[in-house]
Amino acid sequence: MAFNEIELNMGPQHPSTHGVLRLKLAVDNEVVVRVEPVLGYLHRGMEKLWESLTYVQVVPLTDRLDYLASLSNNLAYVLTVEKLAGIEVPRRARYIRIVLAELQRLASHLAWAGFMANDIGAMSVLLYGFEAREEILDLFEAYCGARLTVHGIRIGGVVQDLDAALVSRIRTVLSRIPKRLADIRALLDENRIWKERTVGIGPITAADAIDLGLTGPALRASGVAWDMRKDVPYSSYDEIDFEVPLGRNGDCYDRYLVRLEEICQSIRIVGQALDGLPEGEHMAKVPRALRIPPAEAYHAIEAPKGVLGFTIRSNGTDKPERVKMRSPSFVNLQSLEHMCVGCLFPDVVGILGSLDIVLGEIDK
Amino acid sequence: MTPFVADVLIPVGKIVAVILYPMVMVVVMIWLERRVVALMQGRLGPNRVGFQGVLQPVADAVKLFFKEDIIQRQADRLLFNISPLLVMASSLLAFCFVPLGEPIRIGTYTLTLWIAESPVGLLIVLGLSSISVFGVIFGGWASNSKYPLMGALRSVVQVLSYEIPTGLTVLTVAFLARSMDLVEIVRRQESSGVWYGFLMPVSFIVFWISAVAETNRAPFDLPEAESELVAGYHTEYSGMKFAYFYMAEYAHMVLVSSLVVILFFGGWLPPFPGVRALDFLDVVPGFVWYLVKIMFFLYLYVWMRATFPRYRFDSLIRLVWKWLIPLAFVNFLVVALVRYLR
Repeated sequence: MAFNEIELNMGPQHPSTHGVLRLKLAVDNEVVVRVEPVLGYLHRGMEKLWESLTYVQVVPLTDRLDYLASLSNNLAYVLTVEKLAGIEVPRRARYIRIVLAELQRLASHLAWAGFMANDIGAMSVLLYGFEAREEILDLFEAYCGARLTVHGIRIGGVVQDLDAALVSRIRTVLSRIPKRLADIRALLDENRIWKERTVGIGPITAADAIDLGLTGPALRASGVAWDMRKDVPYSSYDEIDFEVPLGRNGDCYDRYLVRLEEICQSIRIVGQALDGLPEGEHMAKVPRALRIPPAEAYHAIEAPKGVLGFTIRSNGTDKPERVKMRSPSFVNLQSLEHMCVGCLFPDVVGILGSLDIVLGEIDK
Repeated sequence: MTPFVADVLIPVGKIVAVILYPMVMVVVMIWLERRVVALMQGRLGPNRVGFQGVLQPVADAVKLFFKEDIIQRQADRLLFNISPLLVMASSLLAFCFVPLGEPIRIGTYTLTLWIAESPVGLLIVLGLSSISVFGVIFGGWASNSKYPLMGALRSVVQVLSYEIPTGLTVLTVAFLARSMDLVEIVRRQESSGVWYGFLMPVSFIVFWISAVAETNRAPFDLPEAESELVAGYHTEYSGMKFAYFYMAEYAHMVLVSSLVVILFFGGWLPPFPGVRALDFLDVVPGFVWYLVKIMFFLYLYVWMRATFPRYRFDSLIRLVWKWLIPLAFVNFLVVALVRYLR
């Protein structure tokens, strides 16, 4: 350890580590030398627990992984089980899933915009983001009664049909989001302080990002066009027209812009899915006791935070033999040190905010 | 008026008033900040305790009073205990020199609305407000913990750097008024008919930015940057000692707003002195004008806090050394030249 180095412990009880992340930092006059994330403070043994539950019982527990995007977790798990069991999902259910998943992405990104801005000290944006998110949570409540841990997607379909009243309500809420987004952008986009704190901070090149397994908006901010919805389409996303926003420099500012642009794209996707909502069932016929013959399957989706994948091995009973989860926050966190070394201590907070991590799915 | 009243009761009353007045303003300011920021963010803010929640800060102070006072084992007990007092006392002491209005005549007795008038009142107030830096660095050092220490170091660098433009702009006011006496400065603005803030907008702007930085408020609130340093130099404090730091910060804001009003916006003078049609404004007591002006600047503090992200330390220092100090210096030379030629 060099003479001027101080070892600084950030977390697990720190206002801006988004839960119970602990970072062991070594700083030399506020310049970051090392960053070592220490995990496990929220470990609940989820993957082991799932081995003792039936396939259906696992779904509500996936809500608790990335608790800001519970429907995306549902979707990833359910799609994997369906792949394993060979269940064909009705087209209407697939469209409703798109609506739900994109609303969830909106809610997650709006919350993130607030968190990141709050980390950099713009506290009003936090509330603006949450105000918009609140209306989306109200939609979830109207749909199935829950707001945070929604459990709206079931094996074989979705929990309820989408009625006309709710469809028009979703449209009204969506029409209000651009105005709120404009408020946030007016406060931050051209703000000198905001740009000083984000432009050129925590850059990562496309090659490094791929090497470190970065996915999601953080990867696209480095200019890599990789979006599971586009490149490995699932759940009828191939029938929908949308763009994948890309950044260039891979710094905090680009990560911020990419996510805000994704919000606009999500609004577009939900609109299209509602327009083209096909008639039919919202649930496939799934046996009550789902027994899956021995096999193994992996399926990944584009969750708000990155690529979320499940590997499930079945053994002929109604319980999975093993479930392994590839959680985007966990993998994305490993590029934190790469981004932080050489920057100043206050920027660690901003970079961590720009990565958009949730401890629920890091510690599982 | 009996000598007893004049010599004992009135001075004692004044001493009580000079302690109560900042405290009341602090309570109002804390309430104002929480309510206004809340309304700007689409929330309600505290609205339960008292009318519209005005008593919320009092309730918070009472709660803190009953909290356990924690001094961690490795702390330097003496410095740890005196630093909140130092911060609080220096802020309150400065208020002795802040005039609230013209003297009031009661019969033969003249009641001055200040405790002490000094020919160098301006220097004393600035000096006293700088003493609070000692409280901050003692507090951060004595806590013997990393986050408070970093907060304290930042605070010292920040306050010392921003003292320079403050001093340079205050000098321009002293030049124009030919006095360092706060009462005299206001009277000069009355006789010259124009407030110095309009005469020297650059001085005012530089002074205001430096003052916000010296009070450690957003967007310059780095010493207590919540998202980085938890609570900065007072991280390890609890109970009433924490409340002292907290109240001193607000008292300091009130003090700075008072200074801005006295130096640049005519203190207790009513606005538009030259306009005949607005003479009815003189009916309102000077003290009320004074309060209105102070409230405007306190509101400005709140407004800035709700709007801006936080500066990073290096750009904060760059701002003062590369922009504010040269600007203040040129401004100082221009004012000096104009003063000399006239």
